[in-house]
Amino acid sequence: MNEIELLNWARGPGLAYATAIMFFGLTLRVIEILSLGRPEELAEVRDSGVRDGWMMILKRSLPEVKHWKYITASYIFHIGLLVVIFFFIPHTHLFRDVFGIFWGGWPNYIIDFFTVLSIAAMLYTLVARFYDPSRRILSKMSDYLAWLVTFLPLVTGYMAFHRLGFDYTTMLAVHILSVELLMIAIPVSKLTHVVTFTMARWYTGSNQGRRGVRS
Amino acid sequence: MSTSFQQGITVLKKVIDAPIAAYFSSCTSCGLCAQACIFYTETGNPKYTPIRRVEPMRRIWEQEFTLVGKAKKLLGLSKPVTEQDLRDTVELAFESCTTCGRCSMVCPAGNDIVYMIRRMREGLTAAGLAPKSLQAAAVRTIEKGSVMGFPLKTLESMIQAAEKETGIKINVDEPNVDYLLLLSSAEVMQFNEIIGALAQIFKEAGVTWTFSSEAYEAGNPGMHMGASEVEAQMINRIVKAAEQLHIKNVISPECGHAYMAIRWEGPNVIGRPYPFKVFHIIEVLDKLRAEGRLKTTGLEDERITFHDPCQAARRGGVNEPQRNLLNMVTSNFIEMEDNRSCNWCCGGGGGMNTIESAEPLVRKVFNRKKKQIDELDVTTVVTMCATCRNTLEEGIEENNMNVEVLGLTELLANHLLKEKKS
Repeated sequence: MNEIELLNWARGPGLAYATAIMFFGLTLRVIEILSLGRPEELAEVRDSGVRDGWMMILKRSLPEVKHWKYITASYIFHIGLLVVIFFFIPHTHLFRDVFGIFWGGWPNYIIDFFTVLSIAAMLYTLVARFYDPSRRILSKMSDYLAWLVTFLPLVTGYMAFHRLGFDYTTMLAVHILSVELLMIAIPVSKLTHVVTFTMARWYTGSNQGRRGVRS
Repeated sequence: MSTSFQQGITVLKKVIDAPIAAYFSSCTSCGLCAQACIFYTETGNPKYTPIRRVEPMRRIWEQEFTLVGKAKKLLGLSKPVTEQDLRDTVELAFESCTTCGRCSMVCPAGNDIVYMIRRMREGLTAAGLAPKSLQAAAVRTIEKGSVMGFPLKTLESMIQAAEKETGIKINVDEPNVDYLLLLSSAEVMQFNEIIGALAQIFKEAGVTWTFSSEAYEAGNPGMHMGASEVEAQMINRIVKAAEQLHIKNVISPECGHAYMAIRWEGPNVIGRPYPFKVFHIIEVLDKLRAEGRLKTTGLEDERITFHDPCQAARRGGVNEPQRNLLNMVTSNFIEMEDNRSCNWCCGGGGGMNTIESAEPLVRKVFNRKKKQIDELDVTTVVTMCATCRNTLEEGIEENNMNVEVLGLTELLANHLLKEKKS
C-alpha cells in the first residue's frame, strides 16, 4: 500500500468503519445506561425537575471562576478542539458532503491559533495530571490513553497543514487515521463523556430541582 | 440483618442505576471534586478526593454493566473487587465524608458524587463493615426509640420542665392536631430549650400540635449507615404514629439528616408515598411568618451570620425560609462567603460525629468553618441543625473563638411578640 492508497483507505472505508463504530458504540453505551432505570421518586416533589435538569446541562458548562487554576486549560482545550473540528474549512466541506449542511469555515490563521492554543492547553493538562495530587491519584493508564488519542489528531492535523513530518499525503492519511482512532476510542473509554455528560447533568439537575435546589 | 462480603457485592450491584452508570461514564478523573471537599482542602491529602470513595462500585459497574468491561473480565484483564477493597473503602466512605454533597455542586460532568457515596455505604453495611458506633446507634434507635438511647421518660421530663417554665400545656399523643413534632436526640439531651420555644411560638400562632409517644425521634442512623431496613423501620414508626393520630403534617426538627431521611428518603425506603406532608421546622415557621401568624419584636443589632446545614439546604432545598426569618429578628445579618447550596460543611455530619475514630479529622476540618467565621467578625452563628450546632460549639470552644452559636427557632422565640395570655 502506497501513501495514496493509504489516504484513500483512510478517507473511504476507514472513515466509514470508524463512524459506524462510534455511533453504534455510543448508542450502545446510552442504552446500557438507560436500561438500568431510575428509581421512581415517591416523596412529594416541589417541582417536576425538568427545568433544573435542562438548566444543569447548560449552566454546568459555565466556568466556576473560583476554580480558574484547575479549569482554565480544560476550557481552552475543549473550546479550541470544537473550533478546529467544526470551523476548519476542509472539515466543514467534509460535514457538508456527509450531512448536507454547510455553516462556513473560519480563516486558517484563526484555526491555527486555536490549534496551537489547544495543543498547549492539552500539554498543560497532562503536566497537571502528574503534579496535582488529587488528579494524579485518580489517573489510570486509561486516562493517559484517552489524553493521547485526543492529542494526536490535533498534532497530526497541525503537522499536515504546515507540511511538517512526512510528505503531505502520508501526513494527511496519518491525521485522518488518528481521528478514526479517536472516534473508535470514544465509546470504549472515558471519552464517552462527550455524550453522557448530558445524561449525568440531567439526572443530577432534575433530582435537585425536585427537591427545590436550583441548578 | 445478616451481612457478608458477598451480600455487600450483591447490594452494590443492585444499587447501580441509570444515574450512577451515567456518572461513571462521564467522570474524566479531573479531580475538581477534591477542591470542593473539606477533607481534601483542609488536609491536602489526595486520598480524600471524593470520587475515589466509590472506586469499588466503579469497578463493579464497569465489569458488570458495560460491554467493554464484560469483555475485559472475560479475558481476565479486570481486577475483581475483593473484601480488602471494601475494607479499605470504609475509611473513605464513612470516616472521612460527611455526605455533605459539595463535591456534587462542582463536578463538571454534573455527577452527583454523594448520591454514589450513599449507595457505596449501603454496600459496605451489607458487607458488615459499617462503623461499630453507627451500628450501635442504629440498635439504640430501634430498641430504645432514640439515637442516644434515652427512653420516652426522658422526653417526658423535658416536656414537664418546658410546661413549668412556659405555663403552656404540651400534648403527647393528641389526635387530629395540625402538626406532629419530632425531635432529634441532640435536641432532647442538649438543646431542649427548643421545646419551650416552640410551645410559645405555636401558642401565639394558634397552631395545634403534639408529640407522639411512639415516634419522637427524628434522627435516623439507618440513613447514615446506608441500612435501608433500619431507615425504613424508623420511618414506619413515624408514619404509623401520624396515621393513628390522624395528623396531616409532620415536622422534622432542626436536624439536617433527619429532614433528609423523613422528607426525601422516607417514602422511597418504605416504598409508598406518605398520607401526610413533611416540613422542616424552619419551613413551618416561615409559613407562619408569611401568614402573619408569627410576630416578633426587637432586632438583634450585633453581627450575625448563618450556617446552612448541608442536608436541609444543599441537599434538601430549604434555602430561603431561614433568611426570611433571620431578617425578621436581626438588623446586621451577614452572609458567609459560600452559602445556601454552596456552603461549607461543619465537618460533623453524615454520622461523622458518632464515629469516634473520626474525631481528630472532624476537629481538623473545622478549620474551614473557622476561617469563614473569622472573616466575618461576627458575634453569633445561627444554624438550624443540632449536629451542626454541636460541631460548631465544639469547634468554637476548641479554637477559643469568641462566638456564640444559636438555633434559629430559639432565636425567634427570644423575640416572640406575646399577645395571648397564657
